[in-house]
Amino acid sequence: MSGDVAVLGAGMHPWGKWGRSFVEYGRVAARNALADAGIDWPDVQSVVGADTVRGGYPGYVAGATFAQALGWQGARVTSVYAACASGAQAVNTARAQILAGMADVVLVVGADAAPKGFFAPAGGERPNDPDWLRFRVLGATNPTYFALYARRRMAVHGDTPEDFALVKVKNAAAGALNRNARYRAPVSAEQVAASAVVADPLRLLDICATSDGGAALVLSSMEFARRHGAADPVRIRAVSTVTPTYPKAVLDLPDIATDSAVAVEPATASFRASIARAAYEEAGIGPSDLSLAEVYDLSTALELEWYEDIGLCPAGGGAALVREGATALGGRIPVNPSGGLASFGEAVPAQAIAQVCELTWQLRGTAGDRQVPGARAGITANQGLFGHGSAVVAVR
Amino acid sequence: MPRKRIPVVAGWFTEDGPDEEFRLLGTRCPLCSSVFFPRQDGFCRNPGCTGGEPVEVPLSRRGTVWSYTDGRYRPPAPYPCDPDMPWEPYTLVAVELAAERMVVLGQAAPGVGVADLAVGMTVEVVPGVLGTESGDGTDDGTVWTTWHWRPVDTGLRDGAR
Ligand SMILES: [Zn+2]
Repeated sequence: MSGDVAVLGAGMHPWGKWGRSFVEYGRVAARNALADAGIDWPDVQSVVGADTVRGGYPGYVAGATFAQALGWQGARVTSVYAACASGAQAVNTARAQILAGMADVVLVVGADAAPKGFFAPAGGERPNDPDWLRFRVLGATNPTYFALYARRRMAVHGDTPEDFALVKVKNAAAGALNRNARYRAPVSAEQVAASAVVADPLRLLDICATSDGGAALVLSSMEFARRHGAADPVRIRAVSTVTPTYPKAVLDLPDIATDSAVAVEPATASFRASIARAAYEEAGIGPSDLSLAEVYDLSTALELEWYEDIGLCPAGGGAALVREGATALGGRIPVNPSGGLASFGEAVPAQAIAQVCELTWQLRGTAGDRQVPGARAGITANQGLFGHGSAVVAVR
Repeated sequence: MPRKRIPVVAGWFTEDGPDEEFRLLGTRCPLCSSVFFPRQDGFCRNPGCTGGEPVEVPLSRRGTVWSYTDGRYRPPAPYPCDPDMPWEPYTLVAVELAAERMVVLGQAAPGVGVADLAVGMTVEVVPGVLGTESGDGTDDGTVWTTWHWRPVDTGLRDGAR
C-alpha cells in the first residue's frame, strides 16, 4: 500500500493529576516513543505538536515547545490545533509530510495539564466566540451536551441509565489492566448508580474526568522502516479529518442551535458517522474487518452512539452490544480495550494520539493482560469541537 | 435607581412588547431561505447559495422538545451567577422548530425541572431573566434578560412561581 506509513514507536506519560507542566508530560511521552522506536532524537527530521490552549504561548506552539524541551536539533516543526482532534491532525500532518517525501521519520507529540472540573472557555469578554457564548448565555457545560444526547437515546432507542453504566463497568475493567490509565480500580454498576447526578440522566461516573497526560508516536516511511529493520510494522492506513456537511442537523458542542434544513435536506448519515466512513473508504476496509476500536467515550452514552457511528451495529443497537458483552475484552469486537476516557480522563491534545498508541500495542500483540487475540485492524474515532472529524485506521 | 434590564446578547430576541409577542430573532437568507440562529449577518452559510444580505426574522414561538437535561453543578465563568449564593440548578431544553427545521437550545422557565419535561412535548418561548449583577452604589445594577422555554398547557404557567 503506497499510502501506508509505519508506526515505529509509541509512548505515553501516565495519565493523572500530577501537577506538573504539559511540557514535561510531552517530553516523557516523546522519549518513550523514541526508545520504543529505537530512534535517536537527533535523527528525527520533523516534529509535529498537538496544541493545548491552556499553557499560554508554549501551549499554542507545542511543536516548538517539545522540540526545545528535547533539545533543539534543527528539525522541521509544526503545531496544530483542532480541539479534541488535535492529535489526529498531528498524526495526519506527519503522515502527509512522509507521503510527500518531506521527511522520512517524524515525531508526533501531544500533552496537556487540564484544569479540575468543567472545561471553561478562554477568558475575557468574547461575544463573537460561540464557545464563550454557550457558557455565558446558557451555562451549557460539556456534560450538559452529553446529557442531551443520553436523554435523546433513552427517548428514541429505549436505552436506560443501567445500559450507560455497563459502559463504565466495561471500560473500568479494561483500564484496571493498563498502567498508563489514571483510574485503575474496577467499578460496579452500583457505584455508577450511587454517584452524583451531574446533568440528568448522567452521573459523575458516566462522564470522563479532566486529566494530565501525554502521548507520542514515531512515524516513518515504509522504506525507512525497512532500512531500520522493522520489516512488518504496524501501519497507519487512513486518517479522517472531515468536516460536517450543511445543514448539520444534530446539536453539537458548542452550538446553541443546529443549521436549518429548510433549504437543503440533511445527509442521511450524521457527522459522527461520516468521520468513520471516510476512514473506512480511505483504508479500503469496513467494520467487519475490525479487531478492535478506540472511541471517544466522553460519556458512557456517547460510547454507545459511536458503536453505531463506526458501523458495529445499526442505529439504536448500541445498548444491545454492550449488554451482550460484544464490546468488552474477550467479546466479539472489543471497544476501548485501553480503558478509554473513562479510565484515562481527558488530556485533550494527547488523547487522539493515545488512541493510536493503543492500536499500535494491540496490533503488535504487546498489550499484555488486555490484549485482543490476533488483532489485525483497528479504528480510532473522535470528534473535535467546531467540526473536526478524527479517525485513524491502523493495520498489521 | 431601578435595575437596568439588558439583554444578555443584543439582537437575539425582542425586547419590547407584551410577553405573548416575545420572539427569538434569527436571520433568513433572501436567496435560499435558510434560517440562522444565533443570527448570521453578512453572509449565508449554505454552501450551494451565492447569498445575499440576510434579513432579520422572528423564529416560531412554539416547538417540540428534542431533548433536555439540567446542570446540577455551578458552571464556570462567564455564566453570571453569584458564588456567594447557594447553587440553584437550571434546566436546559433543546427544542425542534418545525417551520425552521432546526433545534434551538435554551434554559427552561424557572420552576420547570427535568421531571416536567418529555421528548416530543410542546413548549413555547417566553422572556426570562438569566441573572442579576449588583450595582456600584450609583444604581441598583443590571438584570440580564434572556429567553426561556416553557411547557404549554401543563398548568406550570400558574404553578411555577
Ligand atoms: Zn442562502
